[in-house]
Amino acid sequence: MTWSEMQPLLQQACLETLWMVGWSAVIAILGGLPLGVLLVLTDRGGVLPNVVVNKVVGQIVNIARSMPFIILMVALISFTRAIVGTTIGPAAAIVPLAIGAIPFYARLVETSVREVDGGLVEAVQSMGGSTWTVVRKVLLPESLPSLISSATTTIVALIGYSAMAGTVGAGGLGDLAVRYGYQRFETELMWITVAILAVVISVIQFAGDLAARALSHRSPASAAPRLVLPRSRKPRSGETAGTPAADKADQAGTDEPGETAQLTKTP
Amino acid sequence: MITTTDLTKVYRSRGREVTALDGVDLHVREGEVYGVVGQSGAGKSTLIRCVNLLERPSSGTVTVAGQDLTALAGRGRRAGSALRQARSRIGMVFQHFNLLSSRTVRDNVELPLEILGVSGKERTRKALELLDLVGLADKAKAYPAQLSGGQKQRVGIARALAGDPKVLLSDEATSALDPETTRSILQLLRDLNRQLGLTVLLITHEMDVVKTICDSAALMSDGRIVESGKVTDLLATPGSQLAQELFPVGGVPSAEDRTVVDVTFQGEAAAKPVISQLSRTYNIDISILGAAMDTVSGNQVGRMRIELPGPFEENVVPIGFLREQGLQVDVADVDASKTAVLKEGAK
Repeated sequence: MTWSEMQPLLQQACLETLWMVGWSAVIAILGGLPLGVLLVLTDRGGVLPNVVVNKVVGQIVNIARSMPFIILMVALISFTRAIVGTTIGPAAAIVPLAIGAIPFYARLVETSVREVDGGLVEAVQSMGGSTWTVVRKVLLPESLPSLISSATTTIVALIGYSAMAGTVGAGGLGDLAVRYGYQRFETELMWITVAILAVVISVIQFAGDLAARALSHRSPASAAPRLVLPRSRKPRSGETAGTPAADKADQAGTDEPGETAQLTKTP
Repeated sequence: MITTTDLTKVYRSRGREVTALDGVDLHVREGEVYGVVGQSGAGKSTLIRCVNLLERPSSGTVTVAGQDLTALAGRGRRAGSALRQARSRIGMVFQHFNLLSSRTVRDNVELPLEILGVSGKERTRKALELLDLVGLADKAKAYPAQLSGGQKQRVGIARALAGDPKVLLSDEATSALDPETTRSILQLLRDLNRQLGLTVLLITHEMDVVKTICDSAALMSDGRIVESGKVTDLLATPGSQLAQELFPVGGVPSAEDRTVVDVTFQGEAAAKPVISQLSRTYNIDISILGAAMDTVSGNQVGRMRIELPGPFEENVVPIGFLREQGLQVDVADVDASKTAVLKEGAK
């Protein structure tokens, strides 16, 4: 395969990936943010303690996160059709991508928001602030750097998930690597794809870290740990320690091309 | 200005009950600085949090500036708008400052004004004015992380004053600060109390704070107020535990058959050379076992533990002489003082 043959393929795949990941990230953030905040507020000792809501939402998040993405995608086929009118193509992939990423981001939001010092909440309450004021003026602005880091992690995970979106004919870089690189033995194309993915993820991670750091006004001692720039497709080991879904996303994206390939053949 | 009646707070967790407040009656007069002291776990923090209902009391009432806050609270855990409005007129400063790290100093001071719905320009004007008042006009654009502890607390105080409160609650405001900074913050609180007529309720475990700025004080122990009143009155009360804590005088008699007397000096009496007069008049040898002197709300106040030779019966006349001089004289129970000394040694 010559470069002139590869170039349009790569360009197309890049755009597809960015489009899918971009939209699903936006939806995941819009959906995960309130969910994560809700989990913190309704927790025992929170601002609005409510055991029932907390347990129910927590359980839904757990179930959604425990579901392998490929299964989720299949399970959501009818839902996807109801929303975008088709189950094939990049637009159809956005639905399962976003739904898979909402609980993922919600958990990260929960962790970030929980880090906010309870004294600040108390201070705003003592000024006569309502719960909404607490969320708007304290919880979100104070955890913003951390929320941005979490969003970065989510976007990187989404790029991993999106490799599987090829199953529904959504295309994208991951799909290109699998179909051309792996199944057609175009090793060169596969490596180029992987390299592009590495660059894309590095850029996103770098931008995310930069934004998080610029917004953090804490003293260096108490600032969020500085994140090491990733060099491979598995950059987040230190950052998301203890979040199994991140690892799962990783594995799904990189370590199991065999499984993905098999699945792409079946339909 | 602040009155609590029969305030009780019981925490329940896993079937266990902990009584943090056990029928507390507190009365803070308008324009005074009132200090609540006590050891950790005595219920001071719970008490001050109950005053603006950050903590819902299990029973009893809280009245601030004539308004019954417990009635405003309603039954739910969420604070209704009436309670929130009442809270906005009570300033509060915290031990760990609780400033938002994401906002500049000026924006932190503006926060309560934002909650009150004050317009942008007015907020900025007020915030800068308050920062000027606490001596931090040049730090308006800095972030809290760039400030020292004392400066952070000044911002905390400016923020607490933003809503033009009549009452300021101070939760161990100086406990995280070094002695020098503590003095300057206390001075600031004192000045604000005088200039703005602000009523200040503070809790602390530092007796020095009470000595430095409090007009009145209460001693808490096991969720109850053991003693309360004006500091000068307390010092004049025989056997006052708070006076003993404020001016601890230790010392055991050098031999048996001695009379140990605690003498409290206040006001004019403090300036008189009473001990040497006593010694000359009755021709007795007096040894000083312990003494503490300080200035309490502008008055020289001191306590001294002295030892007179012979048992109490022989010393009735000299003790009477001391009383005549306008001093407060307590005959110390030596055994008790011994145990007190032992306790101190154990610490």
